[in-house]
Amino acid sequence: MRRVLIQGIGAVSPAGWGIAALRGAGSGERPLASQELSRPGWDRALRVRRVPQPNPRPGCLGDARLRRAPSIAQFVVASAIEALGDDREEVIAGRLRLGVVICTMCGCVTYSRRFYDEVLHQPTLASPMLFPETVFNAPGSHLAALLRSTGPNYTLVGDQGSFGVGLATAADWLCQEQVDGCLVVGAEELDWTMADAMRLFSERVVLSEGAGALYLRLDRSGCGGTSLTAVTSPQLYRRGVSREECIGRMRAELPAMAKGELLCDGLREAPRVDGAELRVWRDWTGARWSPRRHLGEGFVASAAWQSVLAVDAVSLGLHEAATVSLVGCNEQATGVRIQRL
Amino acid sequence: MVTGAGVVTALGVGWARNLEGFRDGRVGLRPVTWLDVTGRRVSRAAEVDLPDVMPVTRLEAKQLKRMDRGARMLLLAAEEAWRQSGWEAQAELPLVLGTTGAGMTLGEAYYRQALEAPHRFRGQSIRATHYQAQRQAMDLLDAFGFNGPVTIISNACASGSNAIGHAWSLLRAGRAERALAGGYDGLAQVTFSGFDVLQALSPTSCRPFDARRDGLALGEGAAILALETASGARRRGAEILGVVAGYGMATDIHHLTQPHPEGTAALAAMAAACQAAGLGPADIDYVNAHGTGTVLNDSAEASAINRWAGARAGSLPVSSTKSSVGHLLGAAGAVEAVVCLMALREGFLPPTTTTEVIDPICQFPVVTQARGAALRAVLSNSFGFGGSNASLIFRSGL
Repeated sequence: MRRVLIQGIGAVSPAGWGIAALRGAGSGERPLASQELSRPGWDRALRVRRVPQPNPRPGCLGDARLRRAPSIAQFVVASAIEALGDDREEVIAGRLRLGVVICTMCGCVTYSRRFYDEVLHQPTLASPMLFPETVFNAPGSHLAALLRSTGPNYTLVGDQGSFGVGLATAADWLCQEQVDGCLVVGAEELDWTMADAMRLFSERVVLSEGAGALYLRLDRSGCGGTSLTAVTSPQLYRRGVSREECIGRMRAELPAMAKGELLCDGLREAPRVDGAELRVWRDWTGARWSPRRHLGEGFVASAAWQSVLAVDAVSLGLHEAATVSLVGCNEQATGVRIQRL
Repeated sequence: MVTGAGVVTALGVGWARNLEGFRDGRVGLRPVTWLDVTGRRVSRAAEVDLPDVMPVTRLEAKQLKRMDRGARMLLLAAEEAWRQSGWEAQAELPLVLGTTGAGMTLGEAYYRQALEAPHRFRGQSIRATHYQAQRQAMDLLDAFGFNGPVTIISNACASGSNAIGHAWSLLRAGRAERALAGGYDGLAQVTFSGFDVLQALSPTSCRPFDARRDGLALGEGAAILALETASGARRRGAEILGVVAGYGMATDIHHLTQPHPEGTAALAAMAAACQAAGLGPADIDYVNAHGTGTVLNDSAEASAINRWAGARAGSLPVSSTKSSVGHLLGAAGAVEAVVCLMALREGFLPPTTTTEVIDPICQFPVVTQARGAALRAVLSNSFGFGGSNASLIFRSGL
């Protein structure tokens, strides 16, 4: 197996635009403040954590393709470009074959809801501008256009665990030399319909939005660096198999963690929905970050934040290695290991 | 190797009915009954008649009850492919699905209830979970007793081809011995209205590559292929329906919905599929085009085929079977893969029956009437919003 390096990371989160903002909030002690999101038909608003307006606004968001694009596309582009760093120019110049894997659970839910609402009220007047942006792969398409990248471009749909599937897909493309570099982005955007649905499963979970991006390349020079050393097989929540069993199998597939390493888990402040993950990792007494506690539940975006923070911690030398526990809400659990090699 | 195939379209449920329909050049379009299309520009689509009784699988009655239209079509197609393959329950079996809408009708129902009865929650949690694509995938795992991994690709109208191509890549890389792959999409208000307001739907009839073409027709359906390595299939003496020989993908960055006028990404996808298959245009005996019937798609695709095929274009039969079953969005590539397998196996060219005046941009013969032909290798194109372009090449399994 060839070594896959994580060359760059990027993030947009309720803490702000960029890695620095995420770094401060994701591993912190206190949850970020939440905001109210009105829900038609209710007096009481829903509590969420939104991405603040960027200040300054990233230059890439001024592109014509993003002028009418929904938030999720802006999150994807900003985080991906941050992760890509200097290689952006190489891609645009056609000197670097880039792959793109976007992972999401809900996709462009705001425009989908708005468009359907228009259809319900006056179908003939529903906006033709909204509809094309509702497709799951619209953010990946905008990103490719900005980077002039005509290479492989997948949008994968699934729960938080699908971010691990995205990383494995990217690693395969790299190892098969289909691409020279590959972006893996997890992203979501908020809408009241999502927060309304989440409340049916847990009143304590605060939804959030944003994106996290990892930029992968093969270690051609042999110099090493922060590396993606393992992605477990997905442990699917099949009928008759408990969630705890799935997470346990995921953990068993990962190399044993040593003292001094970091566990980046998916715990929120919701014991009922967190129970299985809590039990599987209860014996881990080392360093543990739970970014969803601080940032909120951003589905695949929060899986990406977990991974980005783990990479950041290893890259900064805070930990030799990190394990990311990507426990999905209704499909699968995957595990990721990141090491400094 | 393809050792099982299942298909559901407006022409019917199952390989046999669809084979008969495609060979006869039947058109499955009719007035829409399943959706309220009052006030729309267009009110026809290729609707599927779902059977009253679903096939017996390991699913419990409540799981079946919770499925929406698209999920039922998916289950029907998967059951046929599974039965044909002769596979039994097994632990590791990758499932790769393509879809654009998943259980969208459940999402629509969720929204309507949330607005109309904001304090009534009955059924909402089921709708919230079952509209998601992963639910349909998990139901397939439960239905047939296998354990994934699951990959769900949503690359708009190329999703079905991407799913088959991705599964083929997994087998080729030695990641698995077998995989189940395909696509599905049921008609829903969002998609029907979306294409209607874009004025992409034909108010007359869907006529791919016709000089007077005026839009596409929507359809619904599903198709699933059981894929396995040549050694695995031969070892158990499985019947071979055909061979996936190549897969290519490329991204068109011209515009979110409009292809590059010269079909540059389409050309790149076809070339990449050929390279993967070790074949050239001269080796391809038939192209099942994306051929939606829109002005822009067909001219871009024709331009791409002309350039890709070169001198071969003049004698290369091309057709679009969307004239018969409509555009199946996330299922289109998978259904058209099954059409290609039918053509290879049964030795015929599936027609574009509605086309009358062929657009002079087509330097290739457009097949407007079914006819017998000995085919060795065929190519299928699928293109989607966002510039997703995918091509698959199939060879005869004989």
